[in-house]
Amino acid sequence: MAPQASSISAALREASLAAAVALVLALPLAGVRLPSGAAEPLAFRPWWVVAAVLAVFVGRFLIALHISTRRPRAFAAPPLFDRALGAMTPWRRWIFAGFIVAVALLPLMPFADRRMIDLGSLVLIYVMLGWGLNIVVGLAGLLDLGYVAFYAVGAYSYTLLAIHFDLNFWESLPLAGAFAALFGVLLGFPVLRLRGDYLAIVTLGFGEMIRIVLINWSDLTGGSEGISSIPAPTLFGLSFTANPAAGETAFHQFFGIPFAGVHKLIFLYYLILALALLTHVFSMRIRRLPVGRAWEALREDEIASRALGLNPVMVKLSAFGIGAMFAGFAGAFFATRQGFINPSSFTFIESAIILAIVVLGGMGSQMGVVCAALVLVLLPELARDLAGFRMLLFGAAMVAIMVWRPRGLLSHREPSVRLGDRAGGAP
Amino acid sequence: MSAAHAMQSELPLLEVRDLTMRFGGLTAVDRLTFAAHSGAITALIGPNGAGKTTVFNCITGFYRPTSGAIVIERGDETYRLDRLAGHRIARDAGVARTFQNIRLFPNMTVLENLLVAQHARLMRASAFSLAGLLGLRRYRDAEEAGIALARSWLERLDLVQYADRDCGTLAYGLQRKIEIARAMCTQPALLCLDEPAAGLNPRETTELSRLIISIRDEFGIGILLIEHDMSLVMGISDRIVVLDHGARISEGTPAEVRSDPAVIRAYLGEDDTANGEGGR
Repeated sequence: MAPQASSISAALREASLAAAVALVLALPLAGVRLPSGAAEPLAFRPWWVVAAVLAVFVGRFLIALHISTRRPRAFAAPPLFDRALGAMTPWRRWIFAGFIVAVALLPLMPFADRRMIDLGSLVLIYVMLGWGLNIVVGLAGLLDLGYVAFYAVGAYSYTLLAIHFDLNFWESLPLAGAFAALFGVLLGFPVLRLRGDYLAIVTLGFGEMIRIVLINWSDLTGGSEGISSIPAPTLFGLSFTANPAAGETAFHQFFGIPFAGVHKLIFLYYLILALALLTHVFSMRIRRLPVGRAWEALREDEIASRALGLNPVMVKLSAFGIGAMFAGFAGAFFATRQGFINPSSFTFIESAIILAIVVLGGMGSQMGVVCAALVLVLLPELARDLAGFRMLLFGAAMVAIMVWRPRGLLSHREPSVRLGDRAGGAP
Repeated sequence: MSAAHAMQSELPLLEVRDLTMRFGGLTAVDRLTFAAHSGAITALIGPNGAGKTTVFNCITGFYRPTSGAIVIERGDETYRLDRLAGHRIARDAGVARTFQNIRLFPNMTVLENLLVAQHARLMRASAFSLAGLLGLRRYRDAEEAGIALARSWLERLDLVQYADRDCGTLAYGLQRKIEIARAMCTQPALLCLDEPAAGLNPRETTELSRLIISIRDEFGIGILLIEHDMSLVMGISDRIVVLDHGARISEGTPAEVRSDPAVIRAYLGEDDTANGEGGR
């Protein structure tokens, strides 16, 4: 079959986009030659970048052309179905895959310094919290203004388990998640009959309650002083200290490299990246399961859901519980990253920022959460030089997003299942 | 109407006995008694405000009746709908309903709507999500079966090309059909249709009556119908119950009901000034 004009232009478009992704990746990967000695400056190799981009462009163009001529257009239109990444168009999958690679390689880049890696893990905490809250707000449609409470429960659970029961990070992580999920279900019970504004008020109150309990239960939580010297996580038993305790092996000793403080930061970065990706894969999968569809059905119409035999109690409690579990994981990570926690890390403004990330990103959209977290966390950090104008800029950015993208940065909803993908699909 | 003859010998599927529903001082339904049978279309008619939708809401668990009993006999089980939790009426007792003002999930696709209707079965197959998360065969097979059931309904209603479209973007007439398909995907014993012809044009109404009859004949389930379109009601009903002011004023075949003076009085308001005012 001879390629038609429409399929050529479509392939060209696809190839240009792949080339753009390649450009982003090639700039740091191929464009910079690492100096062999500290004195040598960085060498830029623009031709390598050009070659890489060209190769991707031509290759992608040929592949796209091949696919479009082999299959009729009507079948090329519906997105491919992929079990690991969820239902995504080839486009979005390319962008997503490129993005993951870029994020994964960030700490190894020559330009990545301590501050950037630290900031990266901060953004990833918020991405993870956004993805967790997305289950409650975006999928189940339950407006939760007290999400930070579960984050706090996770952080304090890990801290107390580590200090009083001598559990390490990996042993306490599931327990912290379980405690947070338990609190999520506990909050869920009294608010089962509430929706919208009323639910928001009660969850807001719950968030404050947890914080006030943390301040006042000084015997357990150390009150507003907080708890310090929280143990850091280990990599298969390898710690990240300069002088490990007797009987312990440190990371730099094991690999026979000189000790560097940045190793711990890089490890924390990959830890939160793994946790965030776990959240992502979990929510993409559960969205396509009966319980995920039940969450969305409940968001759309509770009365119709009940008439179809869905138990609203179970549906809501599962959303609260699972959303809270991820906040608990993130909280445990936060505690171990900081090494110190006190209740002032878990104020209402944190809940508001996480909710803003979900809403600005586009409710229910995974990539939207990433974009919004980048904007909302990086902007105040990068704009520190502007001092007093920082929050003004922050507010202006939020207003701008709401004016130009009232349904969020990326508000497109991908169906959880398609008939068109199946054998003998849509006619 | 062979189904109508068959039903006479069977026990009723649904029995409503002395159903009363009061809202404060207002009695919306007053000691209503009637029955609906499997394999038969039972219509509930009456002037506006007669209490038809209230009866529906009592049967489907949206209201808790003030007094009286609503009983479903399904297989060997007996369910008291007036005491059962709302979602169990659909899940266990097998009562599915459509709504007067369509209640599809507008931002979900047609196929997703039909899959939500099969929630109970798919949820069991996914072992409360565990088997589903792990992508086990047992869940994948159940999901394929669920999609096959949904597809068979879409093919029957000639809607396959809309399967992946969001319900909210479809024409009104299509949404009506999808809502019936969704109710049928719960595999009910009793299907309750609340004014299914409202807002449909004559051609669509004819199509609808054919669909309702085919559901009765093919699945042998009971169908309870509220409708204002008298040609539809008279054309397809096996039995008609007429309500006025919450009470049953007549019951019988379409021909019997049509000639009942009480029904004509209620609809046309004959002697209304003489009798009606005193009765209110």
